[in-house]
Parts: sequence; C-alpha cells; structure tokens
Amino acid sequence: MKLELKGITKRFGSLVANDHIDLVVEPGQVHCLLGENGAGKSTLMNVLYGLYDPSDGEILVDGKPVVFKGPGDAMAAGIGMVHQHFMLIPVFTVAENVALGNEATKAAGFLNLDETRRRISEISKQYGFHVDPDALVEDLPVGVQQRVEIIKALVRDAEVLILDEPTAVLTPQETDELLDIIRQLKAAGKSIVFISHKLREVKEISDIITVIRRGKVVGSADPSASPTELASAMVGRAVSLTLEKKPAQPGEATFKVRNLTVVDHNGQHVVDGLSFDIAKGEVLAIAGVQGNGQTELTEAILGVQQHVTGSIVLDDVELLGKSVKQVLSAGVGFVPEDRKIDGLVGTFSISENMILDLYDKPPFAQGIGMKPALIASHAEKKVEEFDVRTPSIDVAVGTLSGGNQQKVVLARELSRPLRLFIASQPTRGLDVGSIEFVHKRVIAERDNGTPVMIVSTELDEVLELADRIAVLYRGKLVGIVPAGTSRDVLGLMMAGVPEHEAELTAHKTLEGGTHV
Amino acid sequence: MSTTTTQPGGGTPAGNAPASPGKTGATELVSWKAGIGLSLLAILGTVLFGFMSNSKSAGFGIAEAANEAASSVAALVTFVLALLLSVGLGYLWFVRRRSGLASGSGTVPGWLPASTVAAVVVLGLAALGVAKVSKITLPSAAIGWIAAVILLGLAGYTVYLTQAKKSAPRWVGGTFAAVFLIGFMVWIVAGGNGDEPSISLAGLIAGSVTLAVPLVFGSLSGVLCERVGVVNIAIEGQLLLGAFSAAVVATVTHNVYAGLVAAAVAGTLVSLVLAVVSIKYLVNQIIVGVVLNVLISGLTSFLFSTLLTADPDGLNKPGRLPPVDIPFLSDIPIIGPILFHQSLVGYLMYIAVIVVYLGLFHTKWGLRVRAVGEHPQAADTVGINVNRTRFWNVLMGGAIAGIGGSFFTLVSVDAFSKDMSGGRGYIALAALIFGRWNPIGAFLAALLFGFADNLQSVITIIGSPVPSQFMAMLPYALTVFAVAGLVGRSRPPAASGIPYVKG
Repeated sequence: MKLELKGITKRFGSLVANDHIDLVVEPGQVHCLLGENGAGKSTLMNVLYGLYDPSDGEILVDGKPVVFKGPGDAMAAGIGMVHQHFMLIPVFTVAENVALGNEATKAAGFLNLDETRRRISEISKQYGFHVDPDALVEDLPVGVQQRVEIIKALVRDAEVLILDEPTAVLTPQETDELLDIIRQLKAAGKSIVFISHKLREVKEISDIITVIRRGKVVGSADPSASPTELASAMVGRAVSLTLEKKPAQPGEATFKVRNLTVVDHNGQHVVDGLSFDIAKGEVLAIAGVQGNGQTELTEAILGVQQHVTGSIVLDDVELLGKSVKQVLSAGVGFVPEDRKIDGLVGTFSISENMILDLYDKPPFAQGIGMKPALIASHAEKKVEEFDVRTPSIDVAVGTLSGGNQQKVVLARELSRPLRLFIASQPTRGLDVGSIEFVHKRVIAERDNGTPVMIVSTELDEVLELADRIAVLYRGKLVGIVPAGTSRDVLGLMMAGVPEHEAELTAHKTLEGGTHV
Repeated sequence: MSTTTTQPGGGTPAGNAPASPGKTGATELVSWKAGIGLSLLAILGTVLFGFMSNSKSAGFGIAEAANEAASSVAALVTFVLALLLSVGLGYLWFVRRRSGLASGSGTVPGWLPASTVAAVVVLGLAALGVAKVSKITLPSAAIGWIAAVILLGLAGYTVYLTQAKKSAPRWVGGTFAAVFLIGFMVWIVAGGNGDEPSISLAGLIAGSVTLAVPLVFGSLSGVLCERVGVVNIAIEGQLLLGAFSAAVVATVTHNVYAGLVAAAVAGTLVSLVLAVVSIKYLVNQIIVGVVLNVLISGLTSFLFSTLLTADPDGLNKPGRLPPVDIPFLSDIPIIGPILFHQSLVGYLMYIAVIVVYLGLFHTKWGLRVRAVGEHPQAADTVGINVNRTRFWNVLMGGAIAGIGGSFFTLVSVDAFSKDMSGGRGYIALAALIFGRWNPIGAFLAALLFGFADNLQSVITIIGSPVPSQFMAMLPYALTVFAVAGLVGRSRPPAASGIPYVKG
C-alpha cells in the first residue's frame, strides 16, 4: 500500500504545528521522521491516524484521496499506530485489549475471545512474539506491551505501521529486538513510519529519512549521512554533539549512601540495599531503564518516600528521617524528573517559582510579609543568567516551553549554595539547544566542587555527563563503572547482567559476530 | 537467539525487561488493620454475647407454608437439587484446588467457593423445610460463649499471622463475620421482652430483600455510570423523582404500570441533565450531581406541599403493584417467600442485576464501556466514540435508578411523601464501592445494608437491650465500616470522574 500526504497543514489557533507537509511512504519501506521534540512529528501522525482533522491538505492511499473522520477510518484503510504512550488498558488482558474495537462476537453481542486468542497466537508465531493472550497488560514488561500494540495493529490487517518514539522506554537490548521485528515486518511487505529523534537508531533502520523542523519538512537524508549532519538538519544550525569538559577532579567523598532500601505500598523492594559514595567535584550518573528504582532513590534522599531504611549521610549529617525542609536547608538541590508536576507551580509566575523554597527566609521574607521588589529583582537577575526566554517575569510558568521551564527549575535550585546537587532526567523533552545549556550548567556546578548525582534513562546523556556510572536494575545496584564504559556493556548491565559477565558477553559478540 | 549464560533467572530476550521493579525482594507489608479490627470486635463480642448474655433462649421462627402439600414437594425437590449442586460444586472446587496446587498457579475461579457456600446454605434451608421445622430455639448464654471463643480464636490467629508477616486467608474474615452475626442475633433476640422472645427469620430476611430493592437499583445505576467514567452522585435525585413521577402518573392514569414507565423516564431526565452538563460542558460531575439532588428534593417538596396535599385523591393515590408468586418456586419453604414472592419491581431487580453483569463482562458492549471508563484515550484510538458511550450509559443508569424510585410509591407505601428516598441514593453509592464496581457485588452489598435496615426495625418491635436510637444507626454505621475497611483495596475505574477532551 502506498501512502501519500500532500500539503498537510494543521493549525492550533495561531500556532502552525504542521506547515504544508508532503510525505510519501512506499510499500515495504522504513521511512523515518526525524525531528526534535515539538517539531510536529506526532501531530502529523495524529492527523494521519484520524485523531486530528487537518486544517488543509489531503491524504492519498494508493493514489486515491481519503478522509479519516476518526481512528476507525484510518484503521479500516490499513493504517496502524503504536503510540508513544501505549494505548492499552492496564486492567484488561492481552486478548481483551486486542479485541477492543474490533471484537469477534457470538450471538447477541457476546464476546468470542477464543477467536481473538487464536489470532494472537497466529501472529505471535509468525513474528516470533512471546505473548500470552491471557496475561494482564499491567503485569507485562514494557517491551512486551509494545508487542501487544503491534499485534493490535496487525490483527486489523494494517499495511502501514506508525511507530511514535517506540524506543523511548526500551533498554538497548529491547531496542535491538524491536529493530529486528521492524525488519521482519518490512520483509512481510509492510510499510513502517518510524518517528524518532535518536540518530543512532534512525541510521540503523531506515530506508529514507525525512527531517522535520518547526512543522516543516526541511529535507530528506540518506541513512548513510553522518550523525552531525543529521543533527544539524534537525536543529537548523551547526551543533556539536559532544560536550567540552575538563576531567573531573574529585575531592573528598561527602555524600554517602549505605544499604538504602525503599519498600513501596505493595511490599516490593523498589530500592534494594544501595550503597555508594559521591565525591566533591564528581558526577555520578545513575543509569537504568525507567522504573528500576531511580525515582524512589532520589525521592528517598529528598525525604518524600515512606518505608525507607539504611543511611544517607551528607557532610557527616544523617539525612534519613529528616523533613524535606531540613534536607533542603542541608544544602541539597533537587531537580525532579517531572518539572510540571513536582518542579513548578504552573499557574504561578516565574518570579514566584524562583523562590518556592526560599519564600519564608530572609532576604525574601520579613516576618509574615514578603518583599515583592526584591523577589522581582532576583527573578530578573536569574532569568538573564539562565537565559530564560520569556516576555516578562510575571508570566505564568506553565505557558513557557519545556526548555525554558527547566531553566527556571535549574535557576531556582542552583541559586543557593549547594552541598549536593541531584537532577532527575534533567533534559527530558528538551531541544538540542537547551540540552547543551543544561549540561553546561551541570558540569559548572561539578567544577564548583559540588557532588552531583544525575539520573537519566538516556544512555547518551549518561555517557556525556558521568564521571562514574552506577547502573540500577530492579532497585539493585548492578555495578559502578567508569565513564568510558562501552554502550554494549552498559546495555547488558541495564538488563541486570553483572559487570564482568556483561563485558565478556559484549566482547564475545564483537568477536564472533553472533550471540552465544 | 539466546543469551543463555548471562540472563538472571534464565529470562528469554522477551522476558528480561522490567516493567516494575522486581518481585525478587518482596517483603509483605502486612497491615495491622485487620488484626486490630478483628480483635476489637472479638472483645466487643465477648462482652456482649458472653458476659452480658442472659438465661433466656432466642427463638427463630420459620414461616408456615400456606400450601402444605405443595410446600413439602417443593422442599424435597429443592433439597435434592441443592444436594447435587453442593456436592458437584464442592467436588469441582476440590479438583481445581488440587490441580492449582500441583501446577503452582491458582486456578480456582472466584465464583466457585462463593457458589458452593451458597448451595450449602440453600441445602440447609431446604433440609429445615423437609424436616418441617417451624422454629429453632437457641440458649443464649451457651451460644454466646461459643461464639465469643471462636471470635477470639480467629482474631488471635489473624494477629499471629500478621506478626509472622503474612496476611490472613479470606475464609477467616468470612467466618468471623458469620459467627459474629449469629452471636449478635442470638444475643439481641434473647434480650427482647417476654420469657422466650422470638422473631421470624423468614420475615426478617424477606424484609431485607424488600428494603434492598431501591438500593440495588441505585447501585446498578452507579455501576453503569462509573464503569463508563462518570460519577453519578445524582442517584438520590433519580430515586426521588422516580418515586414522585410514579405516584403522580399512576394516580392520574389509574395504571400502576404507566407509573413504572414514568419513573424510568423521570430518572432518565435527571441523567440527561447530568450527562449534558458534565460530558458536553465538562462541569465537575460531583457538583452537578449534588446540585441535582438538592434541586429535585426542593422541587418535589414544593410540588408535594402545593399540589399533592391539596388533591391527594387525584394526584397521590397510585395504588400498588401486586406481588406475583412464581409457581412452584414460591412454594419452597423459607426461600420461596423470600425470593419468589415479589412485585414486578422486585423481579425486574433480579433481571437487571443479571443483565448488567453479563452485559458488562461478557459482551462487546461491556468491553467497550469498561475501556472507556478505564482509559478513554485508548478507546478513542481504536475508534470508539467515548462521549457517546458515556452519554448513553448515563441515560441508562438514570432509567434504572428511576425504576428503583418507583419502589417507594408503587410497592412500599402507596403515596408520595417529602424526601421519602431518605438518603438511600447515597447508601447505594456506598454499596457500589463495597461491591467493588461489580453488579453482583453491589447487589450483595445492597442486601447487607437492607438487612441492617430491617433488623433495626424488627429489633425495635420486640424490644432490645440496646436503645433503639443506636439500632437506627446500624445501617449507616455498617456503611462507614464497610467502605472504610475497603479503602485502598478496591480500585475504581481509572477514568471515573474525569471528563474526556479529545486531543
């Protein structure tokens, strides 16, 4: 099936998310859409999938114009989509999820799940998925959930499969498996639209790359193009993909975590007996796939987790059992993983957000009163220092772009003298320019002599910032390795393989060219 | 392709990604809630049923059948059927459990133990009927002390398990509740006036079912709405307007069935307002519901005191839906009069429970409804119209609650009076939560609340050691305990109460 988009334009009010986009997807082809967050890739795909009506332009299937009033029409035309956030119902079984909207029925509308189970095992067999039709989706690992999404599309006889940022939640190994699946689908004659901003994968899998920037197609590229070329096309200016930094000069280890365990309300050990040190002037990066205890670890240090045992010592002071306020005043700077929920109050102004943790202390407060003039001048100063692009400091912070919001959080956390700096997913959802800025500030704080802990699920970021890398798997420390460790070894460690075995395996794979 | 030497736990590539942190280091975080709660209740039981028992005995009457011959035949047939069913289900349970233990995975479906117990209870009742027992008399002190010992034992066992970081098996709670109930009944009846106080057991239970009818309809309405993602606080208003419309229309048309239809229409109208305002205009569902309840209470009170009291014969004399006996089934002793001597509304209740249950969990419609209530965006992406599904379900819920309202004026009392739903819409919401958003669960929870309600009035009649004001609190106190005891354990539909906006 040949799919064509002609002059697709989508406006939200005055914002033009897609501006006359032309795209042709040939059968049996992997077509990559490369672009930064917010470039309009997902909007385009939602138009194609019938979730949004295009403001202008048309969609052609095998040369005939079609109009999709909803996802149902798109699916009927043979288009399937795997969303970035899976569209699966956690409390349903795999079979129920696959059946939904496309139910096989017996008389009087009664479900015929046996028929659905049969279809699932048929497809599972064909493509080598290992999926139990009766498992509850919420019990399945993320990689398997993604396969369920692919099965959902295949059951509906999709000829074009759209994968929206499919590797964001996967380990490097799972990513490789997904790429294998994509190759199989391609061999079976399906077309794949692969949306990503990760250059490595895009280069590896695609037949043709279309680059989108600010809602427009800015050109197409060949998979053989160099990463720097692709990144420059994506960002629109020359970028350097490597951060310039001096080697770390670690001092005394002032932050010590010993045997830290966090139990969640289901009794699971989400953080399990962690021990590590961070020295002054050093970045320890916590690597791991999302949901392996990183959130709980950082929150335990901040003091917002229940059921924490062990010890957290900063400058010879035990932090465990202290209130959040005491932890902050001990000199801990904390950038939470979700700035919108935990980092900022969206409806408050920039100047108010800048003093969320200092509002009750001099110089910003005097008795029960606050000093608006001082707060404003503080905000002005920080906005300039951190290059926050905003019309005024009185704008609600929620209206800023992700990059600028993150700069506000950083500005606040770095405006106090720190004894420890923790940043969770500091660049999630940011554009390349903002990422550069954030990384520079993190390294600057390190060079000030602060122990820095970075939590990131992006291997690239970990490799870029870390002086040492601690890998977490199911709440346990798999190992702490030096900064130069190879991607393959880290990938295996993120799947729980101990360090020395990971090195052996990675080595063998390189030598033999095959898996053991 | 396998990475045999390296994967911990021998995971295949498909299985090595963690969705949630591992099950390897699980510590059971056992709550002390159950242990402490059961201990307090056991001590209370010991004091009341043991130390405060008297020398009297408690009598539990079992109703005399109107038709002796038919009754004994029916009893015998029921006895044989129940015996077969109990043995069959019990055997199935045993086999499944054994194979479950052998294979290491639980394969006993939840309905199996429940229906086995139900079959055994029916068997016992039928046995009483076959033996033509008309009254059971129990010595209060002896039963009280036995109950107290069992209660203390069970509470102790639970505390012991909690100490050992295990959670108590489900049968402990069930047995505790049953023993407590028996002890309580014997104690409270023996405390009544006269030398040998007694109550009619059949009457007590039959009354409970009757009182539960509006609760069941109300909670079914709640199930339909919440399963699709709309919180229906307006059940109270739907019941009340249903009752009012049934009374007026039945009186004016001289036809009780027309009244029944009018009740359904009235409930639907209330739902229509709820649906339009909350689904289309995205107003907070709770606020709309509460406002509707207040509005309908005011409206019906106003119309009642102006029009209905002025002309009671012309507007507020609906007549009653006659009880209908189901041939043969109604002749079964005890069970027959309880279940098969109902008005049309009562039978509609059984049908509604079964239809809603089958519909929600076994049909295409139900799958879509539950999907919309759990994850509307996912439903949208497979081509389901979320807001239309919500709209129709809320209307359907309104019709069901409206029919429940007709019970007040067409079955219970044959006239409308001010605020006669008396907060039962809210109790129905509690039943819905207690029943875990499941039609069968909601039905059973509503029966429990109906029982508490009826027990209170029966006890007040025979006189009891407890002041009647305390007894009047019973249904509400039970509601609070039931709902509080379940907090954290029951999970509402994920999207309940959240309006859906596309994109």
